[in-house]
Amino acid sequence: MKIFVEGVGILGPGLCGWQASQAILANTAAYVDAPLVIPPNDLLPSAERRRTGLAVKIAMAIGCEAVANAQRNAAELPSVFASSAGEGENMQAIFETLAADGREISPTRFHNSVHNAPSGYWSIATKSMAPSISLACYDASFVAGLIEAGAQAFTGENAVVLMSYDAPYTQPVHAARPISASFGIGLVLTGNKTSRSLAELDISISRQNCASTPMTIAPLESMRMGIPAARGLPLLVALAAHTRSQICLDYVAGNQVNVAVRPC
Amino acid sequence: MQPLQLSAFTLVSPLGAGINATLDALRAGKSGLERCNFLDVDLDTYIGRIKGLEDRPVRPDLADYDCRNNRLAQLGLEQDNFMDAVASARGRYGHERIGLFLGTSTSGILETELAYRNRDPETGALPAKFKYFGSHSCYSVADYAQQVLGLAGPSMVVSTACSSSAKVFGCARRMIEAGLCDAAIVGGVDSLCFTTLYGFNSLGLVSSRPCRPFDAERNGISIGEAAGFVLLEKVAANASPDTVMLLGVGESSDAYHMSTPHPEGMGAQMAIRAALQTAGLTAGDIDYINLHGTGTKSNDAAEDQAVFSVFGGNTPCSSTKGATGHMLGAAGVAEAIISALCIQHGFMPGGLNTRNLDPALKSHYLLHNKQQTVNRVLSNSLGFGGSNCSLVFGQEIKRLSQ
Repeated sequence: MKIFVEGVGILGPGLCGWQASQAILANTAAYVDAPLVIPPNDLLPSAERRRTGLAVKIAMAIGCEAVANAQRNAAELPSVFASSAGEGENMQAIFETLAADGREISPTRFHNSVHNAPSGYWSIATKSMAPSISLACYDASFVAGLIEAGAQAFTGENAVVLMSYDAPYTQPVHAARPISASFGIGLVLTGNKTSRSLAELDISISRQNCASTPMTIAPLESMRMGIPAARGLPLLVALAAHTRSQICLDYVAGNQVNVAVRPC
Repeated sequence: MQPLQLSAFTLVSPLGAGINATLDALRAGKSGLERCNFLDVDLDTYIGRIKGLEDRPVRPDLADYDCRNNRLAQLGLEQDNFMDAVASARGRYGHERIGLFLGTSTSGILETELAYRNRDPETGALPAKFKYFGSHSCYSVADYAQQVLGLAGPSMVVSTACSSSAKVFGCARRMIEAGLCDAAIVGGVDSLCFTTLYGFNSLGLVSSRPCRPFDAERNGISIGEAAGFVLLEKVAANASPDTVMLLGVGESSDAYHMSTPHPEGMGAQMAIRAALQTAGLTAGDIDYINLHGTGTKSNDAAEDQAVFSVFGGNTPCSSTKGATGHMLGAAGVAEAIISALCIQHGFMPGGLNTRNLDPALKSHYLLHNKQQTVNRVLSNSLGFGGSNCSLVFGQEIKRLSQ
C-alpha cells in the first residue's frame, strides 16, 4: 500500500513540534530532556477546554500541527485517533468514585471517559463532520493507526489526519500499565502524490521476524519502548532525515509492518 | 463499494445465545430485559444481562484474559458453528490473511472497578491478580479473540462508544480493498459494568422501565450486553442467492456536543446518505430501517428528523432496543445481524414496549411484527462524541437474478 505524507506533528518531553524536533531526530542537534509543553490552542471554547484532559490536549496539538504543516483545512479531513489507553486519569477518577459510597459519577467525567472523547472534541473544535474513528491496539496502537489511516487514504479520495497519543496512568493503574510519559504524533496522509508531499510510504505487513527499528539516541529509545504512541518515532526519523530508508515496526500476532520511506 | 458477503455470523444478546434463539425471540416479540439484578448495583432500572457468565471462565490456557467481556466473547464465538466457519476460511486464505476488527466501549473495566474495591489499605495498590492487558486494556477482546480463532492477520479494537461495532464493517471494507487482508472477522463485545450504568444514570438517561423507543413517554435507555461476530468475504461466484451482503457504509461526525446529538440529526443524516451513496442506492430502495432508537428524548427526536429527511414517512422502521436493551459497543453488530435475519427470513420486527407513539415523530415506526419480503435494510448506529455510522445490507444476487 503506497501512501504519501503531507504534514507531521509531534509533541513529547523535549520534542516541541515538528519544526523544532527535526534536527534532533536527524541527529544534527542534541536532544535535551524537558517537560512536555502543550502549545495554547483556542479552537475549543474555554468552557469546553476546561473539561478536557491531557489526551485531548495532546491530540488537538499534534493534529493541528500536522494539518497546518500540510496546509489543509481540518474541517474537511477524515480523522483517525489511535491510543493505547486514552484518558487514563479521568477513568481512574471514575473508579475512585465507584468504589466509594454513593457512586455519584460526574456527568462530564462520564462523557469524557469514552475512548473517542478526543475525536468528539476535535470534531467540535474544527467543525469537522467528516468520518472519525478511534482505535486501540495496546503497544501497537500507533502502527494500527498508521494502517487504518493509510487504508483510508489509499481507498478514499480525501487526505486523512492521524493522531496517535498516550498519556500515563497515575497509581494504582500505572503499576499494572506503566506508560512512561505523555506523547503524540500527528500525520496527514494522502493516497496520491501532491505538490506538498514530503515522502512516499510503501507499507506492507510481513511475518519475516525482522527486528524493529530502534532509536539511536538513548532517551528517545526509552521513549519508544515506554510509550505506545512513540513506537512511531523511527518513521519520523526517516522523514526528518530526508533519505530513502526502510523501517520495521512491531505489529500484532507476530506481524511486522515494513515501511519503505522515499522522500518526494 | 464492492459488496462483501456475510459468510457466517453469530450473536449472543439478551434475546438468547445463538441465531435460532435470537430469531425465535424476535418473532415472538419477546424482550430480554429484566429488573436490574447485576452485582450490587442499586439503580432503579432494567437491564439485558447474559445469564451464566459468572460460571464460565475463559479458555484455561488464556486465563490471564479472564474478565466478563472476554467470557462473553468466548460464549459468542462458541455459537452457530462460527469457529468452524472461521477454520474453513483459515484454510482458504491462511491465518495471516484474515483481519479481526472488533468494537467495544468499556472492554473489561468491570475488573478494574472491582479491583478498586480491594486496594491495599497501606499502599493503595490493586490486587496482584489484576491483569491490565487481559481485561481493562481497550484491545483486550481482539487480542483474546484472535488467539481463540487461531488468526494472525491485522487486528485492532474500534472504540467510538455506541457506533463502535458498526464502524468495524467500514474498517474491514477498507482493509480488504487495500489488499491488507483477504477476509475479515468483524464484531463487537460489550458487557455490563458500573461505569456505564452509573454514568448514564448521572446524565439522567437511564429509564426506570424497560426502554420505550419512540414512545411519547420515553424517558431513557435500558443497558444490555452482547457479543456478535460476522465473517466478511468478497462475494463468491457461487454464493447462494440468500447470502446477505454488506452493500454500503456511511460515517460522519456531529461536531456538536459530546453526549447530546445534533438536534436536527444532521450528522446522522450525512451518515445515512453516505451509506446509500456507497451502496449505489436511493432511499426508495430500502425496505426497512433498524433504528439506533435508544429511547431517550433527544436521541430519538434527532434520529427521527434524520430518517424523515432522507426517507419521508413511508419506509417502515423500528428500534429493537426494547427487546435487547442498548448493547452500547456491541449494538452495531447485533443490529447488523438482526438486519441480516430480517432479510433472510422476510420479516420486520415491531418495536417492543412502545405504547403511544410520540406524535412529534414523523417516521413510519412499526409497533408490530410484519411478515414480508425484505431485500434491503439500513441500520443506524449513533454514539457519544457525535460518532455516526449507517450500514446497508441486502441480497443483491437474488435481486439481479430476478
